Amino acid sequence: MTFELETAAHPENLKRVVIEPVTRVEGHGKVTLLLDEDNRIHQARFHIVEFRGFEKFIQGRPYTEVPVLVQRLCGICPVSHHLAASKAMDMIIGATLTPSADKLRRLMHFGQILQSHALHFFYLASPDLLFGFDSGLATRNIVGVAAAYPEIARQGVALRKYGQEVIRLTAGKRIHGTGAIPGGVNKNLSVAERDFLLKDIDQIIAWSQGAVDLIRKVYCERPEFHNGFGYYRSSFMSLAREDGALDFYHGGLRARDEHGQDIFDHLDYSHYWDYVHEEVKPWSYMKFPFIRSRGREEGWYRVGPLARVNNCDFIPTPLAEAERRIFKAFDGGSATQATLAYHWTRMIEMLHCAEGIQELLHDDDLLGDDLLSQGERSLRGVGVIEAPRGTLIHHYRINEDEQIVRANLIVSTTHNNQAMNEAVRQVALQYLDGKELTEGLLNHIDVAIRAFDPCLSCATHALGKMPLEVELIDAEGKQIDRLARNSPGTCGA
Amino acid sequence: MTAPLLVFAYGNPSRGDDALGPLLLERLEALHLPQVELLTDFQLQVEHAIDLQGRERVLFIDASVSCPPPFAFSRLAPAKDRSFTSHAMSPNAVLQAYQELYGEAPPAWLLAVRGETFELGEPLSPAAAANLEAAFGSLQNFVSGWK
Repeated sequence: MTFELETAAHPENLKRVVIEPVTRVEGHGKVTLLLDEDNRIHQARFHIVEFRGFEKFIQGRPYTEVPVLVQRLCGICPVSHHLAASKAMDMIIGATLTPSADKLRRLMHFGQILQSHALHFFYLASPDLLFGFDSGLATRNIVGVAAAYPEIARQGVALRKYGQEVIRLTAGKRIHGTGAIPGGVNKNLSVAERDFLLKDIDQIIAWSQGAVDLIRKVYCERPEFHNGFGYYRSSFMSLAREDGALDFYHGGLRARDEHGQDIFDHLDYSHYWDYVHEEVKPWSYMKFPFIRSRGREEGWYRVGPLARVNNCDFIPTPLAEAERRIFKAFDGGSATQATLAYHWTRMIEMLHCAEGIQELLHDDDLLGDDLLSQGERSLRGVGVIEAPRGTLIHHYRINEDEQIVRANLIVSTTHNNQAMNEAVRQVALQYLDGKELTEGLLNHIDVAIRAFDPCLSCATHALGKMPLEVELIDAEGKQIDRLARNSPGTCGA
Repeated sequence: MTAPLLVFAYGNPSRGDDALGPLLLERLEALHLPQVELLTDFQLQVEHAIDLQGRERVLFIDASVSCPPPFAFSRLAPAKDRSFTSHAMSPNAVLQAYQELYGEAPPAWLLAVRGETFELGEPLSPAAAANLEAAFGSLQNFVSGWK
């Protein structure tokens, strides 16, 4: 089936606008718009143009290597893949984690989400939020933020760095860490390492609270605009702890519809395919998952910070919980379906990470030596975590020789595929329909996509491979305008 | 104490010739050079500006599809280029971020090594392997003769 504006009835008579690549996101994606002579929009699509092929790459490798290998899937969230794969391998060796191993992994995960959220908010999103969506391109970047708001920029760098220090000390290395292994972890935290992290945690919490204050202030200054930008209603899916608390590391699957009613709750994720199905569409390499019981048309959903904060019954740390209540109560709950509320909820989660890190650092289990366990073996393993961008599913099958024979990954951005397309269509109708297109207007599309912090996943970044090309093609297929840029630093029309 | 020379190689070791930077760093690591710190990551990010603090010189190493083969050394200047809008920054952009946040950036160079293929799971291409060998000699000269 297709959605409104997904496929134009007569594309042959329409002009085509391409935004490629979408900026301030990870990986390669593009947006295509089909417009008639009056610039009315007939089709809007967000395409993922990269074929990952990772599931093939991993076949034949020993299962013990997987938690390390999967980190090369992505340069932005390697720890998320490391932990999801480790959880899947725990299932394969029948392990139930010891308290020390569980808490060390949770600490690593908090560090990962903290640094990822800090990067997105301060470096990728804040230029739009602080300067406006159609402000000058020359200032709408982190250097513009550093010049106008140096303290905010410095805090952003320091928050990101702190998160990475947590990763380094729990995973063993800055990158390609080996901290999590099937059945547990291979190192604990020394007293010196714990004290190193404790030294700055009060400051990190204060800065995280400051970030929530900032986004709340920005959002609430123009509530109608921020609520209405790319607005639509949808279901949400996330993990939730047994008692309904927000939990990034483990829990049951919970999905709630656009009215907040349960679709399912506390589901055992090891049979996720009974509840979530992936649809293939010919114009994108990325699949379109949907909730089986709701069908293709009604079953799509959103994941990530907005989904998690909406879906959880409470956040188990006091400052973040207070902010969750403010968010949910804001203007009668009007922000809970808003595309731009992703930014607000992302910062609430960052605050929760900072508080969670502090709580864990006072727990002596982090210093413990009981780090590994195992039990009855299985040939199948499923690991699910809440990665920074949403629910991340790793599913593996091994053979008797302990080699991977099948792998299936559903990454957060894939869950959000239909939701991002919907946001693009809403923004296209709200701001572009019938208008002369400008870079500022086209950036509105980017802003909508960027709210999801999509990770289109590549980590290949060789010099000279980051072109941006916007083409305007008339109804006869003739190019009437083109803007192109090359990296680093050149731009020509 | 902070080592006065930082060599920062970036690239994904599982992406064919994107591994050129990390592989050169591995070769350098085996030399156990004093007063040199070796760091690697998948891609450059703004927090890497912090790694530049207290350095006398910085050398970035990356695979390149646009430099002439086998490799090219160039002096870097801070620049507000378009990579600020990306998850992966250019070294010029990292220097610019440093300058905005902490003051004058240390002198920095880029060793760009020509790569040809960047597919996931691919090994280093024969051309890139030859380029690596050619670049390593110059790299050794740089790190041993910088004082």
